[in-house]
Amino acid sequence: MSDLQNINGEFENVSPTGGELEGAFPGSVHPTASGGILVTKLDEVINWARSNSLWPLVFGTSCCAIEMMSTASAKYDWSRFGFEVARATPRQADVIIIAGTIVNKMAPVLKRLYDQMADPKYVIAMGACATSGGPFFYNTYSVVKGADHVIPVDVYIAGCPPRPEALMHALITLQEKIRKGWTREQIKNNNSISNGQ
Amino acid sequence: MYRETQIISDGTKSPPSGGDLEGVGDLVINVGPQHPSTHGVLHLVITLSGETIKNVEPHLGYIHRSIEKMCESLSYRQFIYVTSRMDYLSSHINNHGCALCVEKGLQIEIPPRAKVIRVLMDELTRLASHQLWWGAMAMDVGALTPFFHAFREREMINDIMEETCGARLTMNYMVPGGVMFDLHPNFQKRVKEFIELFKSKIDEYDELVTDNIIFQNRMKGVGYLSKEDAISYGCTGPTARGSGVSCDIRKLYPYEVYIEVQFDEIIETGGDCFARYLVRLKELRQSLSIVEQLIDNIPEGDFQAKTKAVLKLPKGEFYSRVETARGEFGVYIVSEGGTTPYRIKFRSPGFSNLSALNHMAKGYKIGDLVAIMGTLDLVIPDIDR
Amino acid sequence: MSNEELKIKLIELIPSATFEEGNEWMTINIESSNWKTVAQQFRSTAGFEFDYLFCLTCVDWKTHLTMVYHLTSTIHRHTLVVKSKLDRNNPEIETVSDIWRTAEFHEREVYDLFGVKFSHHPDLRRLLLTDDFNGYPLRKDFEDPVNMIKL
Repeated sequence: MSDLQNINGEFENVSPTGGELEGAFPGSVHPTASGGILVTKLDEVINWARSNSLWPLVFGTSCCAIEMMSTASAKYDWSRFGFEVARATPRQADVIIIAGTIVNKMAPVLKRLYDQMADPKYVIAMGACATSGGPFFYNTYSVVKGADHVIPVDVYIAGCPPRPEALMHALITLQEKIRKGWTREQIKNNNSISNGQ
Repeated sequence: MYRETQIISDGTKSPPSGGDLEGVGDLVINVGPQHPSTHGVLHLVITLSGETIKNVEPHLGYIHRSIEKMCESLSYRQFIYVTSRMDYLSSHINNHGCALCVEKGLQIEIPPRAKVIRVLMDELTRLASHQLWWGAMAMDVGALTPFFHAFREREMINDIMEETCGARLTMNYMVPGGVMFDLHPNFQKRVKEFIELFKSKIDEYDELVTDNIIFQNRMKGVGYLSKEDAISYGCTGPTARGSGVSCDIRKLYPYEVYIEVQFDEIIETGGDCFARYLVRLKELRQSLSIVEQLIDNIPEGDFQAKTKAVLKLPKGEFYSRVETARGEFGVYIVSEGGTTPYRIKFRSPGFSNLSALNHMAKGYKIGDLVAIMGTLDLVIPDIDR
Repeated sequence: MSNEELKIKLIELIPSATFEEGNEWMTINIESSNWKTVAQQFRSTAGFEFDYLFCLTCVDWKTHLTMVYHLTSTIHRHTLVVKSKLDRNNPEIETVSDIWRTAEFHEREVYDLFGVKFSHHPDLRRLLLTDDFNGYPLRKDFEDPVNMIKL
């Protein structure tokens, strides 16, 4: 009997202390004579799969990009959490991490990249500049005061630049948000289903 | 603003970029602003004939954050830290340049301990910047592993900085008059450990990349810049030193304690990408030796000279220059006697280095363009300000 | 060459130049109309040979604009600062991008941010701002109530 099997021989995602395992597969296997049967809700499985393999888009404009590169490299390593491949093309990416200041000349480029990404897509605004303009809020004529003037954002990270651990925390928060169904995509889809469309 | 990819079929059409550059059958493509190898947001409009480059035109401004205008409303203590965000890989050195300019205006004398601490921090920053350059350059050319090696060592420097200055990347540590805090008690020990470790790592870098035959074939003979052109285009730093121009500010116009420290100015005469690569790699060793010479001889005393809380520069203009990892960074302040500067101009090294890109890349292939941009070591926020 | 020797040679070359005192480097003020000839002489005359233009900028004094050029010589290691007053309503000056190639980008930037026109520049258009930007931001009378949030 392995750890995941309970007293009846059923497989459950229960931690040794009895609570539900965070981030574990949202389903259980009931053993039958010939093999196990997977019993679970489809939505939960899809959300679990999506959250565990988010591929970020390589989009760094200024200083926060260096902290993003640090998070990708050996010491902080975000590929442990599924962000294995950082894609250069928006067609193959799931999450866009806006690392750096957005200026008026760059805003249409950002919008175009976001439009080119395929659904479901998520956005993380990293750093003070992408959240609200940051140190360039007052007396500048060319800075967009917050990336959410251009595209809708799911997770904001504070810091100038935020530590790699802060970026990891934000990525894990995004994963939890996806699993629980709280991102804009999912709310929009749920509303449209419940409105009978 | 965007150039749509187009094939020129009519040779008499006048191209928007001026000059008769496009012939029949030429292809105009965009590289960037979002591209893995543009080191930031640089938009290049390249005119190709087949795969050979005929013209490269940089379009800037995708990270123009109006820093010069903003600084006109910040006080003399505040504007220093905005320059950390300009060339964020040499953030200490940028701050140092600004602090030197303010001190020149106020004619403050800095205590010797502060001078040595500033030079130590500058050289550690130069090491970190060259490490990242090396990793990113190898990644651009196609070797993905050196990126992780470079960041592993860079994290050690970041940890040392974090203990003393409080931040990893944009360390707001220099103030007019000295430095903000004293060194952490662990600083000397950790730096000595780092020096011991890094000496063997530079040999490892040489083994991994410099002696690699594929890398050498990619870099040798590519992107030639002659000495006269380097001076005419205003190139400074390793870009110019790879073409034989002697322009190290630490040697020509020494500041702080550079006059008491033994180090060589690395000059190569090849003028191609490999020469510029070798200059930076050898500079790693020189910076390490400067740190080694200074780490045991930090004088005791104050780390900050006494200054007033609100600084007012007298009427006039002041210019100070420092050697960042990319070249000469100049700060030109025009003051009218108030608490905020009247006009600040930052002479950024990348701006002039980038203007030589078109000249260097003509006649080579697109793959060579990536190698050339890598050796120029561009940081686009530094160019756009 | 030291500042005094430089001053003597400059007075010989350009009798109409005025000097500013009190700065770290020799600073002269010249007329904008004869800048091109003077620049060529600075570049090629033996004894001057200013081959390295390291800073090119403009300052807006509310009644007029002033162009500032910082020149140095890599051979003799002396530095010179050249200033030239321009009329605010129609600022125009000759380009020096054929003498010092670095001026090409710097002059485009000054045109972009201040509105100074450089005649015979190979490619004078906006560099840092969007092509449809109205106005010249670094001038002192630039107002932009939409974007600029004043502290």
